[in-house]
Amino acid sequence: MSSHDTYYIPHKATWPVMATAGLMMFLAGFANYLNHSSIGSPMMMIGFAIFIVMLAGWFTLQATESESGMYSTQVGISFRMGMMWFIFSEVMFFAVFFGSLWYTRNLSVPWLGGEGIGAATKELLWPEFEAHWPTNGPAKLIKGMPTEDGEFEPMGAFGLPLLNTLILLTSGVTCTWAHHGLLAGHREQLIKGLIATVTLGFLFVAFQAFEYHEAYTEMGLTLGSGIYGSTFFMLTGFHGFHVCVGAIILSVVLFRSSKGHFKPENHFAFEAAAWYWHFVDVVWLGLFVFVYLI
Amino acid sequence: MSAVIAEHDHHDDDHAHGPEKGLLRWIVTTNHKDIGTLYLVFALTMFFVGGAMAMVIRAELFEPGLQFVEPQFFNSMTTMHALVMVFGAVMPGFVGLANWMIPMMIGAPDMALPRMNNMSFWMLVAGVLLLASTLFMEGGAPASGWTLYPPLVLQTGKALPFAIFSVHLLGISSIMGAINIIATIFNMRAPGMTLMKMPLFVWTWLITAFLLIAVMPVFAGAVTMLLTDKFFETSFFNAAGGGDPVLYQHIFWFFGHPEVYIMILPTFGVASTIIPVFARKPLFGYSSMVYATASIAFLSFIVWAHHMFTVGMPIAGELYFMYATMLIAIPTGVKVFNWTATMWKGSMTFETPMLFSIAFVVLFTLGGFTGLMMSIAPSDFQYHDTYFIVAHFHYTLVPASVFILMAAGYYWLPKWTGHMYNEKIGQLHFWLSAVSVNILFFPQHFLGLAGMPRRIPDYAVQFADWNMISSIGGFIFGASQLLFLYIVIDTVRGGTGEKVSDEVWEDAHKHGLEWTLPSPAPYHTFTTPPTVIPTEHI
Repeated sequence: MSSHDTYYIPHKATWPVMATAGLMMFLAGFANYLNHSSIGSPMMMIGFAIFIVMLAGWFTLQATESESGMYSTQVGISFRMGMMWFIFSEVMFFAVFFGSLWYTRNLSVPWLGGEGIGAATKELLWPEFEAHWPTNGPAKLIKGMPTEDGEFEPMGAFGLPLLNTLILLTSGVTCTWAHHGLLAGHREQLIKGLIATVTLGFLFVAFQAFEYHEAYTEMGLTLGSGIYGSTFFMLTGFHGFHVCVGAIILSVVLFRSSKGHFKPENHFAFEAAAWYWHFVDVVWLGLFVFVYLI
Repeated sequence: MSAVIAEHDHHDDDHAHGPEKGLLRWIVTTNHKDIGTLYLVFALTMFFVGGAMAMVIRAELFEPGLQFVEPQFFNSMTTMHALVMVFGAVMPGFVGLANWMIPMMIGAPDMALPRMNNMSFWMLVAGVLLLASTLFMEGGAPASGWTLYPPLVLQTGKALPFAIFSVHLLGISSIMGAINIIATIFNMRAPGMTLMKMPLFVWTWLITAFLLIAVMPVFAGAVTMLLTDKFFETSFFNAAGGGDPVLYQHIFWFFGHPEVYIMILPTFGVASTIIPVFARKPLFGYSSMVYATASIAFLSFIVWAHHMFTVGMPIAGELYFMYATMLIAIPTGVKVFNWTATMWKGSMTFETPMLFSIAFVVLFTLGGFTGLMMSIAPSDFQYHDTYFIVAHFHYTLVPASVFILMAAGYYWLPKWTGHMYNEKIGQLHFWLSAVSVNILFFPQHFLGLAGMPRRIPDYAVQFADWNMISSIGGFIFGASQLLFLYIVIDTVRGGTGEKVSDEVWEDAHKHGLEWTLPSPAPYHTFTTPPTVIPTEHI
């Protein structure tokens, strides 16, 4: 009959419980840390360590099973659907912060300045405030504190952000080039392409760290610089985190490729990593346009 | 649904893996039936935990004045009652049903991603544990209402980061569960089980899963901004920094409105599964049911601000959200019409699952009508934040989602356990619940219209009578649910002792593949897929 006969159903899963324990401990530790409790940091570290061990163990298990041919085409389709819908959930997560940027910039900041329904607000609360963007609000917040005339310098689009755009776009090309190598059975092209992609990914993160350093030390631009700083760092910060995750996934794929894993007809992990990488790429284009450029 | 198996396979026994021995079985299991059971037991437990909180609320409101609890604790109770019932009881209850029934209904050997299935359950437990831990913290559990509006919620004590991370864990759990359901339905159907032959329970869950994946990350994002506003100097919801507390409300309800449909769409699915069996007719208007479900899901994304009519939106916004909200009545009306038409001239019998389902159709419609009243923006200015709202959404949740979860329990318990439940006690449970739920919630309409606000531990004396009646109804309703607990335990341990047949209910095999399997369903089912052929029944 069809491939339905051989659908692989694993038994006795121990990694999921460990993943839950690690994540729960990490988050409980983080919460304690935020509450200034001394057990916070050690809990976070233990939880994180459990999570890393779990990741290594679970990835190894899946890789071993995959290489020993336990996954039929139908199982592969389930994995691919899982990854697609996971990426969709990530899209919605970023949509929240893009939406917040749009709402504050186009609606609530103008209302604060007295437009439309904000006429009375302006009169009663902050009569001197003139709506503009970028802004740190009527209280001119610097590092989260109200100031008399606190100012910050917004991040320009040209220079490092433009360079980073080119870096990420190039990494998307090298990733696809590596995929073509895999499909054609050219292992050297696969490995070279992946090395280039991972390197460009981490280079992007390094430049981004440099940009943050500039913002915090030179430009007075921090998470506490009102709504501009909040949206800027939240969007670019979560994106940077996702680039790190994507680069780490690609590193795992690179490691597996160097071990001779993946075949032209069976390489789900590579595809998942590549999809994730392109997703991160597209989010950056959105960021470049809406956060940096306009 | 109408489908039969042409050739029944008996390969169940030669499958190498049975369940693990002892407690470990439940921790490491990847079996959809085990995980379904875990979800259902967890949901039932949380139903009583959340119910106990509701009893605290109704006891305090029995008379005006402060009787039993501090106002702060009272507010924690309303908040935690809602969070526990939504995320701990109703949603996991339906996920448990999905786990048990979807593979059996579509002829699949298991869920598509069994390891992730295990993880989604344990993430749920972790999330609820974090949430429950806040009850014992300095400053008390969150007391802002389940909506967690800033700036009020930012005044929470040490509980705030725990509550926020609990939402993150619950979100991860729901998203993974939903991904699994979508992958199962799209990828694991038996040959011949086309999309438009799927039981409506499967259809409604497919659409619900899509809603979950779309909105749980939105809630996660919203609470993340609460976290950074409190601890990392951001000003998303702080007007002094150029932010806006109303922004939170928009984001929350962009999640929150689809969320209420996440709880009601699987309810519709179960009702559409049960009613035809006991009316002994095929479901009336199958395809219109599918399209109505999809329409409701679509509309749920574009009506969120009807929860915020009094917040001071531009008039264009008020009008748009008012008209868009009214549209929901159309697909919902289609559904109510179809359930009624299914029963029309049917050979109806009134076993407990059917009684709960009929009560659902009547009482959910009532809850829907009050929803229609509130969709009218100028009227809503009177209803907003009063007990009228409380009455409305409890009518759409308790005699709807909760009643249908009960109906599902009675309907499928014989298939799960191989035993018959005690019909007499079942019917007693139904009548006590159906009467007391109305004593509990109907007077709250009057209280709300007269102006009694929600989320307060004390009230003016003119509200005393109806509150006392409501509380009495609440106590009866709460106590009646112990009957359900008794029945579940009794049925698992042998029930009436009567041997149930494979189809359990007369001609049920015409309505769904699960009734072609033995009772109790073996540990592994459909390890080779059945051949589904359509019958004249559709």
